[in-house]
Order: sequence, then structure tokens, then C-alpha cells
Amino acid sequence: MTELQNQSSLGSPVSEELPPGQGFIGILQRDLLLAFRHRGELANPLIFFIMVGALIPLAVGPQQTLLAQLAPGMIWVMALLGTLLSSDNLFQSDYADGTLEQLILSPQPLWLLVLAKVLAHWLVTGLPITLVAPVLGVMLALPAAGYEPLILGLLMGTASFSLLGAIGAALTVALRKGGVFLSLIVMPLYFPVLIFGSAAVQRTVDGGSAGVPLALLGAMFAFALLISPFATSASLRTGING
Amino acid sequence: MAPASPSTTQQSVAREPLSATPPETLLAFTALGFERDDVPLFSNLTGAINPGEILQIAGANGCGKTTLLKILSTVLSATEGSLQWRGKALERQRADYLAELVLVGHSPGIKLALTPRENLNWLGRLHPTRQEDIEAALVRVGLAGREDVPCDTLSAGQQRRVVLARLLIARATLWILDEPMTAMDQEGVALIENLLREHTKTGGAVILSSHQTLAMNGVRVLELAEYADD
Repeated sequence: MTELQNQSSLGSPVSEELPPGQGFIGILQRDLLLAFRHRGELANPLIFFIMVGALIPLAVGPQQTLLAQLAPGMIWVMALLGTLLSSDNLFQSDYADGTLEQLILSPQPLWLLVLAKVLAHWLVTGLPITLVAPVLGVMLALPAAGYEPLILGLLMGTASFSLLGAIGAALTVALRKGGVFLSLIVMPLYFPVLIFGSAAVQRTVDGGSAGVPLALLGAMFAFALLISPFATSASLRTGING
Repeated sequence: MAPASPSTTQQSVAREPLSATPPETLLAFTALGFERDDVPLFSNLTGAINPGEILQIAGANGCGKTTLLKILSTVLSATEGSLQWRGKALERQRADYLAELVLVGHSPGIKLALTPRENLNWLGRLHPTRQEDIEAALVRVGLAGREDVPCDTLSAGQQRRVVLARLLIARATLWILDEPMTAMDQEGVALIENLLREHTKTGGAVILSSHQTLAMNGVRVLELAEYADD
């Protein structure tokens, strides 16, 4: 048996500081590992996304012109719903098993840990959705010009969805049926992203330029990136006590 | 092993106000009060903990033990009163305080889908940790051979042992433990008592809640019921 030596700098202030990036890496690693352990749940938003994409042509009919008209909006709505469905669980399980308390009690800045969680969430939902979107584009007969603004827009759009969803998830973390409230809180924030995202694709398909809507999407992403970590960590500190 | 703390046993915390906090005092709390939905839980709670001390919060179910521990660990803010860490207002040095604190709450605070080693790894990145000791800590708490088994296949007592391993690797001065004896067998309780002894011997301090009487010397008891509002 190894006896643990239990004396170090006890009784005096801690001499060694943890570098602030450590917590970010720790949480990112942990959440990706957890996502991998729960692969089944992980695939849910993606399966939803692909299923709806496959069902629409069956329900609407295979007319290429009609589908092509629907495609930009449909893909964006599905990406939105796919992300929203999974953001409910962003802090819920951490709250239930007490690990959220440990995050809040870390000397590491909470906004950085929140950012790590959001990044992990985006890597397992938003990014796969963006990567699969071109396949849906093919199923929905999206004209060739539409793919570039679709992918660019979705990259920024799904990241914004994850960031904004985190605020709502943090506010509703202690509520038993938080899902409904989460949608109500977050939806208005999602609208502009949805409008400009689908507009970017629609415009290019119609022969115009996607520059303006994409720039606006970028601005919204930058805004969400600035605001969300702080708003989320403040909401968590109050939300954790119901 | 010899009792770690020089203070007398089973003595209630005095109610006198802390005018001048002695420099060696770790955590002091002054006139704490808490109300939930306008129903007061306790009020005018004053006390302090010094290095080498164990403070046991005692009281019946629902009298606010967990709430008090949450307030002391800054998860929750008190309705009234203030906290001092090493003689200075705690709000001004929250990060310093958190760097020296470990809270073990009611819920285990570990991810059940991860293995004990993985859990200690991520926790070690959030709190100052002696990384090299993870292996030794797992052996010490009796989890040798189970380091790489997901925690949800371990028993409740074994899951608590993962949390104990975390206490071992943390560089914390103050441990706040909420019902640490829950789900522990006799051997586990003895392990906890040994850990507490070693911790206080090296200048650490422990605040814990438990309705059992600890089989240890030098435990000060704070009866929360005495501060209940009627």
C-alpha cells in the first residue's frame, strides 16, 4: 500500500496558481469524452436533421423547382431545431450530478469553463450538422451556387445557436420542465440568425451576392461570442439555486 | 493516532461577535442569516474555524445544514451577514478562497459515465492539484483495480471513495463536507476519520455536516437548531 504524503503547502496560501487555460482544456476534454460515451444521444440531433431532410421530398413531391425554393429555409429551420433540441441538456446533467457546483467553485474563471462547454456542444452538434448539410442540399435539389453560403452561414449560425442556447439553458437549469421555457427564451434570439442565414443562401441562388447577410451573420456570431459566456456564467450562479 | 486539534470536545460555538479576527483564523462568519421564500431558516449565526480544527454542523433534517455549507462555500449567498477569509472580507478575494477550498456536496460531483481516473483528471484541472498523486490516492481509498471502470458500475460507497480520493489530491486548506459518511461501510468511515486526522494535523481545517457523532476527539459541534428562527 502506498501511503500518501499529505503535507505540502497546507496552512499557507497556495503558492502555485493553475494556469487559466487548464480548466478550459479539462472541461473540453471531459465533455467530448462524455459525448463519446453517450454516442446514442449524441446522434439524435443529427439523425433528426437527416430524417426531416429525407422526408420533405417524399411529402412535398419530387418537383425540383419547388424543392429548390424550399431548400434554404428548410435546411436552416432544421439546423435550428436540431441545435435547440440538444441545448436543453447543456447544463442539466451537470446540475443533476453536482458537477456544476464544482465548476462554479473552481478558481478558474467560470466564463472560460462555460465557453469550453459551449465549444464541446458545438463540436458534437453544430459542426456535424454543418458538415451533413450539403447532403441535405442534394436531397432538396439546392442549386450549385447555394452550397458555399450555406456552409459558411451554418458554421457561424450553429455556433451562434449554441452560444445563445447556453444562456437559456443556464437560466432554466434548476427548472424541472425547463425545455419549454428554454425555447421561449432563446427563440427570439435565434430569429435574426435564421432570417439572415437563409437569406444568404436564397440570395446566391437567385443570382445575387451573399456578402451582406453573411457579414451580418458574422457580426451576430461575434456579438454572441462576446456576450454569451458572461451572461451564461452569471445566469448559472443564480440559476443553480432555483 | 493522537487527536489533531487542541480544542475541547463537543463544545458549542460561542455566540460572541467577532470584533477582531485573529490572524490565524481561516474562515469566519458573522451574523449569518438565511431565508427561503420568506421563511427564515437560521439567523445571527456567528463562528470561525482555525487551522487544525474540525467543525461539525449538527441538527435535524431540514434545519439548514446543507444550506449553511452552501453559503460557507459561496455557492449560495446568505440573506444577511458576512464571511471573512484569513481575516479579510471574502468577496474581495473569492478566487484565492476557492483555490484553497474543496466542497463535497450531497450529490457526488463526479461524472458517472467516466472512470475514477478520468474524473480525478478533470477535477484536477479545475482546482489546484497534486497531479502526480492521483494513482496513490486511488490506491489509498481502496479503488485499486477499479481505476478504469466507469463510475456508474461502482457501488454508492465506491463512488463516495472517488470523491475521497479527490480530497487527497486537492491542495485545499479547507474541506467542506456534506454528510461524508453517507453510504459508507465501517471501513469507509474509518478511512474518512483517518483522512480528517491527517488533514487537520497538517494545518488543514474541516467543516462537515453529519447527524452521526464522530468517533474522534477535537470536534467542535455547532448545533444549528439553536440558531433557528421561531
